[in-house]
Amino acid sequence: MAVELEIKDQNREVELFVRRATTLFVLVILLLGVLMLRFLDLQFWEHDTYKSRSDQNRTQVQTLGPARGMIFDRNGSLLADNQNAASLALVAERLTNVGETLGLLAQLLDLSPDQRAEIRKRLQSNRRPDAPLIVIESLTETQVARLAVNRHRLSGVEVINRLVRFYPYGEVAAHAVGSVRRMTVDDMLAVDPVQYSATTFIGKRGVEAFYEQRLHGEVGYQKVESDAHGRVRRTLDVQSPSPGQDIRLHLDIELQKASAAALGERRGAVVAIDPRSGGILALVSQPAYDPNLFVSGMTANDFSTLSSSAYVPLFNRAVNGQYAPGSTFKPIVGLAGIGAGATTWEQAIEDRGSFQLPGQQRVYRDWSWTKDNSGGQGMVDLRRAIYRSSNVYFYDLASRMEIDELVSFADEFGLGKNLVADIPSASAGLLPDPQWKQGFKDLPWYPGDSVNMGIGQGDLLVTPIQMALVASVIANRGALIPPRMVADQGEARDGSLNQTLIPAARQVGAEVIAPEDWEEMVRSMEDVVHRGNQGFRGNGTAWAYIGRDIDYRMAGKSGTAQVVEIRQGEEYEEEELSEFDRKHAWFIAFAPVDNPTIALAVLVENGGGGSSVAAPVARAVVDAHMSLQRERSLSAESFEVARR
Amino acid sequence: MSTTDFQRSLSPYDSAVPATRRWYFRLHIDPLLVTLLTVVVIFGLVVLRSAVDGNEALFTNQLQRLGLAYLALVVAAQIPPHFYLRVAPLFYLSGLIFLLLVLFVGVTVKGSQRWLDVPGVFRFQPSELMKLAVPMAVAWYLQRRTLPPSLKHTGICLVIIALPSLLIGRQPDLGTSILVFGAGFAVLLLAGLSWRWVIGAALAICAAAPLLWQFVLEGYQRQRILTLFDPESDPLGAGWNIIQSTTAIGSGGLFGKGLFEGSQGYLDFLPEARTDFIVAVIGEELGFAGVVFLLTMYLLIIARGLWLAAQAGSTFGRLLAGAFVLTFFIYLFVNVAMVSGILPVVGVPLPLVSYGGTSAITLMAGFGVIMSVRTHKAW
Repeated sequence: MAVELEIKDQNREVELFVRRATTLFVLVILLLGVLMLRFLDLQFWEHDTYKSRSDQNRTQVQTLGPARGMIFDRNGSLLADNQNAASLALVAERLTNVGETLGLLAQLLDLSPDQRAEIRKRLQSNRRPDAPLIVIESLTETQVARLAVNRHRLSGVEVINRLVRFYPYGEVAAHAVGSVRRMTVDDMLAVDPVQYSATTFIGKRGVEAFYEQRLHGEVGYQKVESDAHGRVRRTLDVQSPSPGQDIRLHLDIELQKASAAALGERRGAVVAIDPRSGGILALVSQPAYDPNLFVSGMTANDFSTLSSSAYVPLFNRAVNGQYAPGSTFKPIVGLAGIGAGATTWEQAIEDRGSFQLPGQQRVYRDWSWTKDNSGGQGMVDLRRAIYRSSNVYFYDLASRMEIDELVSFADEFGLGKNLVADIPSASAGLLPDPQWKQGFKDLPWYPGDSVNMGIGQGDLLVTPIQMALVASVIANRGALIPPRMVADQGEARDGSLNQTLIPAARQVGAEVIAPEDWEEMVRSMEDVVHRGNQGFRGNGTAWAYIGRDIDYRMAGKSGTAQVVEIRQGEEYEEEELSEFDRKHAWFIAFAPVDNPTIALAVLVENGGGGSSVAAPVARAVVDAHMSLQRERSLSAESFEVARR
Repeated sequence: MSTTDFQRSLSPYDSAVPATRRWYFRLHIDPLLVTLLTVVVIFGLVVLRSAVDGNEALFTNQLQRLGLAYLALVVAAQIPPHFYLRVAPLFYLSGLIFLLLVLFVGVTVKGSQRWLDVPGVFRFQPSELMKLAVPMAVAWYLQRRTLPPSLKHTGICLVIIALPSLLIGRQPDLGTSILVFGAGFAVLLLAGLSWRWVIGAALAICAAAPLLWQFVLEGYQRQRILTLFDPESDPLGAGWNIIQSTTAIGSGGLFGKGLFEGSQGYLDFLPEARTDFIVAVIGEELGFAGVVFLLTMYLLIIARGLWLAAQAGSTFGRLLAGAFVLTFFIYLFVNVAMVSGILPVVGVPLPLVSYGGTSAITLMAGFGVIMSVRTHKAW
């Protein structure tokens, strides 16, 4: 039997093993060498490439928005502030299920269907990928708490803390201070993209808009290390933003509040100026709106309600409302007449209640005219014509003047243009003259146009701020200082005036009106308020309403501007006219008569009679101003006493 | 007549001092090897500390696992080689059965069916066992045959190797199936398989590569190979791992960013930073110097392991020990090459350093066998 014998030769097998092991070991070394070469390649030859790639991975430059400058009133009350707000932001890429998340949010935060629709709309807008998109501007503390508790169910939802604009006085100061608004694409295109890269809101109206550059400040940046999920881990480098400059206004918020209260629920405007500096002390337009809504976010519906309301709360009547000035124009006509030599202070005519141009049928009526042809003020000179507001006197005066003389004089008062230093959007009004009429209506100037203009009607249009300036000019006995909102020049913190910084005053009618003339006009206007107890047709038009228990001297002029034409032979019946057809009530005033510290104009839209409706508002405003002045000088005195 | 050895032999490489007298022989450990292994383990722990980034639980987990691994090392070293020899076929067959069971009733985790659940007790991966069982079985087979193996014996060995490989490959677990195949094949190489056949087979595979590409490889496997050559083509998807890990490694430079300073790792750019991709953390934090240190340690371990294997008193011992050392090398090479972007991504951990899995335990058991083979009397 042949058996295959395989006999193991241990030594040979060991040698074989050793040979093999050695060969494989050499192979191992070679392969490890290959690995080391690879690492050498990555870590030495290509090191720079990978280093910068690693840096790019992890570092991110983020812009830091500057804190917006604050806005103060003349006494340091804060009108516009920056507050911490918690905003709700969504990162669309991390939302697992948009519909579900929105539903959950609606439930947790008590969102209205409007708000839900708004969020959906915002999610469609353009944004950087992975960047959080703010969908609700400000959350209440309860809402923040609810979100925190449910965070685990809300991936892709973040609460971001930011500084947002806040207006502590809300509606009251809305038209004076203005408001900010979310930047739109158009806004973005108009500004420096680097400076505004971290800014969400831009000044849209009022002081916020005009002084945007000062208020905005300068952007900063920080270099952060962020992980693969986009979360910031730590800050590597910071360049702090520089905050915007604070602004102090001439505005007195207490006076502003008093003015708004005096207007009450009525539509209209109040503008008060300090005649010595041109500083605007109060600027009220009603109805107003809450500017905080523009910051906290309105739904599209809310905004359209606001913007389409018949009473136009977004419209700033104080600087943009254009109305016929009515009898408040008469002082200008009077002084123009004096300057042109068409009349003197002594010249008087008989006012029987109506006037007619020679050779014309049309009857121009006094406000006291009645159907039975009684009325009229009797014998009137210029002074009486002012305090009785005689239409006939001024019809007559205007008809005897060259229209160009009247127009150029009115122009010196700042009518027909915008003289306000820092409200470029203020309307210019309309100062009609023959060129204008020819160009616009393609008609020549009729004598009747002059007659109408004599009592401040016709095509003549002015804004409340222009009339406040008129009052200020008369208060200054002819010196016109352009009005301004911002106080940084011309007034120190303690209210004293730095004369060198107040813009130089122009003297109105410098060549033709003498100081005595100004003084006489001031007295006439003082009579409007204070001349009383003189019997029928003897009192100043406003005396009965505001002149009785007043403890300072105030000068003023009432005005009642017709809105629709009353037919010849008819009387004005207020109840029969629709609301928007009723007369506008005006009153301009300044006080104290000697050394005035306030000059103002009040307009009550469709309010009715100037003396009955507008004058009491003016009185209330000036009362408030006087008592505020007393309080402050008293406290300054007591401070002085205490110091000693 | 059987063809068992009749000659006890002492390795010609033994020193003059009688083996039994040395203290560590009695304990059946090799101090040099254990020291080298421990150096690597400690190195790994330090790096892991940085990679876990504050997650203490993972770190303590790894400590526990390493504790078990050391236990396996010591226990495996105590068991004499002839025990392994006797147990080898049983081990292998039960492993095969488990693999079959996995295919039918296995538990699926992360998309692949690799686990068997012993209800209430534990869960284990049969493929892990095969990493030990296959080389054992091939070595057992070749123990009785003369070396170098003839064609017939080679063929049988290939069957022994291929069977479990294919089963594992179907799980699907391409990485482990390659490792198992490699472990068994290492035995054949050490046993003297003719180089000509090896080269021939390699050439044949190259020739068949296009066919393999079309019919054998799955979509995601093809994708991985393509990504290897152009990771930028899908930087946020398939290419992410490679791009991030090469960035991490490259950004470390020669001396690294410093321990605990690796931005790629701790900022979550590097996925699997604690497990398969831990070399990237080493590269980033300790730089080229750190990598060279680690590879040198590994090299020393391999050298010592091979030396110890050559001291073994039997063919079985030699082949088995040698195969384990080479398997260790394959793990190491595949992982480091994958992380540095030379090989496509396969799920292979870095031996003794990567977090998790049972690989540390299996590997240490393997080293235990190596030490056993060296310190037991030849039979």
